[in-house]
Amino acid sequence: MATKFSRETYLYWYELMQLIRQFELMAEEKYKMEGKIRGFFHAYVGQEAIAAGAMTATRPEDLFITAYRDHGLAIAKGVSVNSCMAELYGKATGNAKGKGGSMHFFGKDCNFYGGHGIVGAQIGTGAGLAFAEQYRGTDNVVLAYFGDGAARQGILHETFNLAMLWKLPVIFICENNNYAMGTSIERTSNVIDIYKLADAYEMPADTIDGMSAESVHEGIGRAVKRAREKGGPTLLEIKTYRYKGHSISDPQKYRTKDEVDEYKSKDPIHQLLKTMRDNNLATDEEIKAIDQRVDAIVTESVKFAEESPWPDDSEVLKDVYVDQNYPFITD
Amino acid sequence: MARSIAFREALREALSEEMRRDDRVFLMGEEVAEYNGAYKVSQGMLAEFGPKRVIDTPISELGFTAVGVGAAQNGLRPVVEFMTWNFAVLALDQILNTASKMLAMSGGQVSCPIVFRGPNGSAGQLGAQHSTAFEALYANIPGIKVVSPSNGYDAKGLLKQAIRYEEDPVMFMESEVMYGDKCEVPESEYYIELGKADVKRIGRDVTIVSFHKMMKVALGAAAELEKEGISAEVIDLRTIRPLDWMTILESVKKTNRLVIVEEQWPFASVSSEITYRIQKEGFDYLDAPIRRITAADAPLHYAPNLVNAALPDVPRTVKLVKEVMYARK
Ligand SMILES: Cc1ncc(C[n+]2csc(CCOP(=O)(O)OP(=O)(O)O)c2C)c(N)n1
Ligand SMILES: [Mg+2]
Repeated sequence: MATKFSRETYLYWYELMQLIRQFELMAEEKYKMEGKIRGFFHAYVGQEAIAAGAMTATRPEDLFITAYRDHGLAIAKGVSVNSCMAELYGKATGNAKGKGGSMHFFGKDCNFYGGHGIVGAQIGTGAGLAFAEQYRGTDNVVLAYFGDGAARQGILHETFNLAMLWKLPVIFICENNNYAMGTSIERTSNVIDIYKLADAYEMPADTIDGMSAESVHEGIGRAVKRAREKGGPTLLEIKTYRYKGHSISDPQKYRTKDEVDEYKSKDPIHQLLKTMRDNNLATDEEIKAIDQRVDAIVTESVKFAEESPWPDDSEVLKDVYVDQNYPFITD
Repeated sequence: MARSIAFREALREALSEEMRRDDRVFLMGEEVAEYNGAYKVSQGMLAEFGPKRVIDTPISELGFTAVGVGAAQNGLRPVVEFMTWNFAVLALDQILNTASKMLAMSGGQVSCPIVFRGPNGSAGQLGAQHSTAFEALYANIPGIKVVSPSNGYDAKGLLKQAIRYEEDPVMFMESEVMYGDKCEVPESEYYIELGKADVKRIGRDVTIVSFHKMMKVALGAAAELEKEGISAEVIDLRTIRPLDWMTILESVKKTNRLVIVEEQWPFASVSSEITYRIQKEGFDYLDAPIRRITAADAPLHYAPNLVNAALPDVPRTVKLVKEVMYARK
């Protein structure tokens, strides 16, 4: 067989990437057309291969943490699609009880440590998750995701230094999609190759084609092996592209349609499908069956979200302290 | 002749007028130049002033704030925009440990005339990390001033004042949900002194004090109360530090009752401070305990009903005023 990975792996990747994409497209529609979803909403469309490759390169016990562009990674880690859609709707059945919304998906049971809204913060928090794994003597690793824009925050440097000093089992994954909101990466630094930021700390680093699930799997796989074997952190710069605006409200005047189309021609799902077809890994019927299953899951999640109840108003003062009897100031 | 413009345009006029007048003034922040501002406050300013004076920064709040603070100490008059005040927390070290303290630490040698501005407080369903109202936190810090306007007219005059005349760091709090609000501004330039509250509605039965977007709740409650024969005086603080408690006291001398509406968390909030001051200076004038409505003592959640339940609104303010009036029902 000409492919590096098994048929099952390709089928898994395809289904996961389609699920993420269709979830995003459906949610966007519910946002724009029906106003059922509010707040900031950042779609993962175009970046799905990063979630797919990461999943096959890690174990369920490994921890993921990311920024607000978090739907794809949450779904990949196994946070239920129903609970993801319900979270977008702000319903009590959401993965954060309707308290987080789009930017703050969580699934501790699945080792998904959330969507974080302050750019760069989770770089450090991710190292902290890894510190606890090292402290307890496990061989679990942490994948800490952040954007190209986040790479310009000071916390990156402090965290890189600490992670190398203590050889923490963390993989820093920069999802470089070329833009931080309306700012292209060229306008943010003298150093455009983000992976080079690891050099100052003598941290191993790599750049990876984020439009290929295979490349993502291999690159993350090498870093995971190093971290599991107590070799410390790695910085991975994964080159990708977001098809949608930064968030739903972004008019995208900072880039041309040609540029977006060029990336769409390298679409990770199309590329994967082509490999699968070229190598006879799946019949058209099998692909169609996956697409139908994905549609059904996404449609069901909308129904689930719509039929779910709102959180009770009393939830305002719940989950603020673990302490049930905390004396809140109420007037 | 008065013109009707949006809040964001009022801010833009203030910035542009001061930049035309004084070439030491510049604007710096994320997406302020080429993107024309995350909320379009600085639209067109790059075209007018060029990249030397309208400066895009990477997402490096601590770094660019420090650059602003240093530039202010060395003779420039920076205006630093935070995309929202939630992100200024990363730069708090520079604001609290450097900007606010340098005059004192240097024995009066090194001042820091800088304006920090951006949207503050909740703006719908943005979740816990994008919804904090910071007035009380910053007002706790000696050495800085805190401005929190409720409308574009006030905002323009206050911002011009802050940029032109204030020699100390000024925190200027705007709101995503007020940028589109229309206001009337005169053709000619004007300045509004910091530290002066404004009586936005005259009344005799009860005083309602508020600021920022909660002024809408205060004025809305006053309108409701009027229908029931209760005449509320509504005071807009405009500046939180220095706090114009004299204006509140003068009003309380007349109404003998005080209600405060704010979006801060309740502990050590602006209302806490006002309550202390008025009970001390005006104890004999009070006919009822001072009462307040604040944001819930919790991070703001995402679900729409939880947002509504957590923030002050007109019905609860009306109810509270009636309690203070010892009114039946
Ligand atoms: C500390 C901080 N500053 C600014 C923002 C506003 N903001 C949200 S996302 C974003 C761009 C981040 O871009 P990048 O890190 O490349 O991630 P991407 O959105 O491309 O996934 C900005 C400026 C924020 N949330 N937090
Ligand atoms: Mg980016």
